[in-house]
Amino acid sequence: MRLLKTSLAKVTLVAGFAAITACGDGTASTPPGASGPPGAAAASEEAAPAGLITAAEITLGEIDQAMVEKGKATYDVKCQACHSTGPNRVVGPGWKGVTERRKPEWIMNMMLNIDVMLETDPEAQKGLEECLVRMPNQGLSKDQGREVLEFMRTL
Amino acid sequence: MKRPLLLTGTASGVIACAFVLLNSLPGCRPSGTTKSVVTGDAASKVYVKPGTHDEFYNLVSGGFSGQLAVYGLPSGRLLREVPVFSVDPESGYGYSEESKGMLTTSHGFIPWDDSHHPELSQTDGIPDGKWCFINGNNTPRIALVDLGTFRTGSIIEIPNSAGNHSSPFTTGNSEYVVAGTRFSVPMGDDASRDVPIKTYKENFKGNVSFIHPEPETGKMSIAFQIVTPGVNFDLSHAGKGPSEGWFFFSCYNTEQAYSLLEVNASQRDKDFIMAVNWKLAEQLAKDGKGKRVPGKHHSNWWNERTHSSETTVYEDVLQLDPKDHPGLLYFMPCPKSPHGCDVDPTGKYIVGSGKLAALIPVFSFEKMQKAIAANDVEGDFAGIPVLKYESVLHGEVKKPGLGPLHTEFDANGNAYTSFFVSSEIVKWNVEKLEVVDRVPTYYSIGHLCVPGGDSKKPWGKYVIAYNKITKDRYLPTGPELTQSAQLYSIDGDKMELLLDFPTTGEPHYAQAIPAELVKPREVKFFKIEENEHPFAAKGEKETKIERRGKEVHVWMTTIRSHFAPDNIEGVKLGDEVYFHITNLEQDWDVPHGFAIKGAANAELLLMPGETQTLKWVPTRVGVTPMYCTDFCSALHQEMQGYVRVSPANSNVPLTALTVSVDAEM
Repeated sequence: MRLLKTSLAKVTLVAGFAAITACGDGTASTPPGASGPPGAAAASEEAAPAGLITAAEITLGEIDQAMVEKGKATYDVKCQACHSTGPNRVVGPGWKGVTERRKPEWIMNMMLNIDVMLETDPEAQKGLEECLVRMPNQGLSKDQGREVLEFMRTL
Repeated sequence: MKRPLLLTGTASGVIACAFVLLNSLPGCRPSGTTKSVVTGDAASKVYVKPGTHDEFYNLVSGGFSGQLAVYGLPSGRLLREVPVFSVDPESGYGYSEESKGMLTTSHGFIPWDDSHHPELSQTDGIPDGKWCFINGNNTPRIALVDLGTFRTGSIIEIPNSAGNHSSPFTTGNSEYVVAGTRFSVPMGDDASRDVPIKTYKENFKGNVSFIHPEPETGKMSIAFQIVTPGVNFDLSHAGKGPSEGWFFFSCYNTEQAYSLLEVNASQRDKDFIMAVNWKLAEQLAKDGKGKRVPGKHHSNWWNERTHSSETTVYEDVLQLDPKDHPGLLYFMPCPKSPHGCDVDPTGKYIVGSGKLAALIPVFSFEKMQKAIAANDVEGDFAGIPVLKYESVLHGEVKKPGLGPLHTEFDANGNAYTSFFVSSEIVKWNVEKLEVVDRVPTYYSIGHLCVPGGDSKKPWGKYVIAYNKITKDRYLPTGPELTQSAQLYSIDGDKMELLLDFPTTGEPHYAQAIPAELVKPREVKFFKIEENEHPFAAKGEKETKIERRGKEVHVWMTTIRSHFAPDNIEGVKLGDEVYFHITNLEQDWDVPHGFAIKGAANAELLLMPGETQTLKWVPTRVGVTPMYCTDFCSALHQEMQGYVRVSPANSNVPLTALTVSVDAEM
């Protein structure tokens, strides 16, 4: 039942160019004192806070279509209301190209360990400053998170 | 009558005090400003540091509000008011299409009641934190509140009953909760019920019902009713330990008066405690010894999967007549118009509190059994054997105070009885029948509560008084003042007042339970995957709009912070619009509200993962706003939408849309 109209894009423009590309999508200007690529841990040699998923736990191979399907199904129920698959922000940033901007473990942790991320991760905190709505914990299992990540890789 | 006699408050106070002095009793209401009886360190005992939790939940009846209030102890902080018997436009309870069914009865939709006695479900005689039952006194009902959600899980109507006061006390494993008629009435078919009121003695009957809550679901059904002589039943409690399998009810109006009861039902110097052998009744019912008699009633159940009520209508009920079954009922004489009927933790003693008696009788279950075996009776009342008072009595607490109402217990052999007339709590030893301490209450205490105080294993620590009158205790608020609770420490030899706190509605009885037994049960949100509501929209992809004749159905979702769809057109005057709203949030403490201008019923408050429906009938042409009423995020004020309403003959197509942010420019 979703009719596409052209008016709302203008609303986004009112907020300025930064808003389209910011809100945690990592292309905003790097904050003073931050180093390393966006989405990396504050300094790569520091260990991740306890409980966070590490890079070693995630293997990215060829796109797995079955996982993509499952990830999209989860997206439809639990993510779509706030994240479009295009470039623009609804509540949170649009997902188009997100896997090129963010490390897979950062994405997984934003889905599965949002509280720790908002406490410890400068990029997550910056996203909150821009979006002003805490990314909710949607109760995804680790497998569901991984499937959503696979779906993101296709966007 | 040139000079009418004005009996002022002071005058009557003097009279009452004089009476109290004659009885050499303490405790007429203190006059003027109350002296502080709180010692210096009371504050630290009730201070719950910001960010920390109370030790106990206190579940307190709302009385004429029809609801159940939840406080923390020792802080006295109000945590929730659970809508039970009364509609709640704030949440949509009783207004949403799904929840209306919870309040249906054989009399139709009853949007209110008068709730008196919370009772926690028990396992092995100890409160287990699973459910809290509460009675509806007016249109006889019992409700079950689920302590995982703090919402009403089921409500059952009690047929052949009028006034449901001695309720909903539970057996040791919540096999049954009971309901007794407060007012006896004529029963049976129309001809039997249409009788002169003055034929009370011949035609009016009481009954006690045993209601079974299904352990898995909480659905309630009436297992059996026992017909009794026409009296008023006041309160009740189940036996435990040695008295397991028996139930005890206090009765008054054994005069069988039907007019001016305050005089005519106070004539005899003794009324009764009725002992019911419920194990025998259960066996008789199982053996098919009962009769099915007419008794239409509704059993309403809240299905958490479909987020909707389900109603079963029963046409009849199984009844047992004690005339046919000797050994089912016995009466024990009890001075005078007993209110409380309380069984101590050991199960050996039954305390009757005769509100017009200047003593507290304590009955011995062992002696009762011996009297039954020896047929030691002083006669019968309407065919039911009356056991000899002296033969069943453990003893009397002499001159404890005025107007004893209700008794709870600690784990150390002490009882705590409330005294309405002399405004005090009296602590006494159950074995020795000796008063050990007394403390004033402010004022006119009704029930009291000790954590676990009516169970096998009281946690003790506090006794809480629930007061009817609070003159001068709080900032005044016009003609009606708050009623109150008062928290006393019972850890030491002397009871110690720690805190007053105001209450909602009128607190009657209450229960308290350690928070640790309840907290692990808490439901934080409803899983969207498990939502089986027929109009659920699990994700914005499933939102849509559909016309069915004059009905317009909207499948709508909420998430921080927008509705989908948020622009609706094609609604016409004369339509009924049904907003089926699913809250897509899957996080704790993120309800959304839904309100639309001119809604003649209520708003909705949607828990995460829940679907509820609001019916809206537009009354004028134009664009009507809708919005979220529960502050949900920094963009809560942006959470809004519009419904365009056109004239009845308009051709505006029915559309529902949310404009995509990725729409091309």
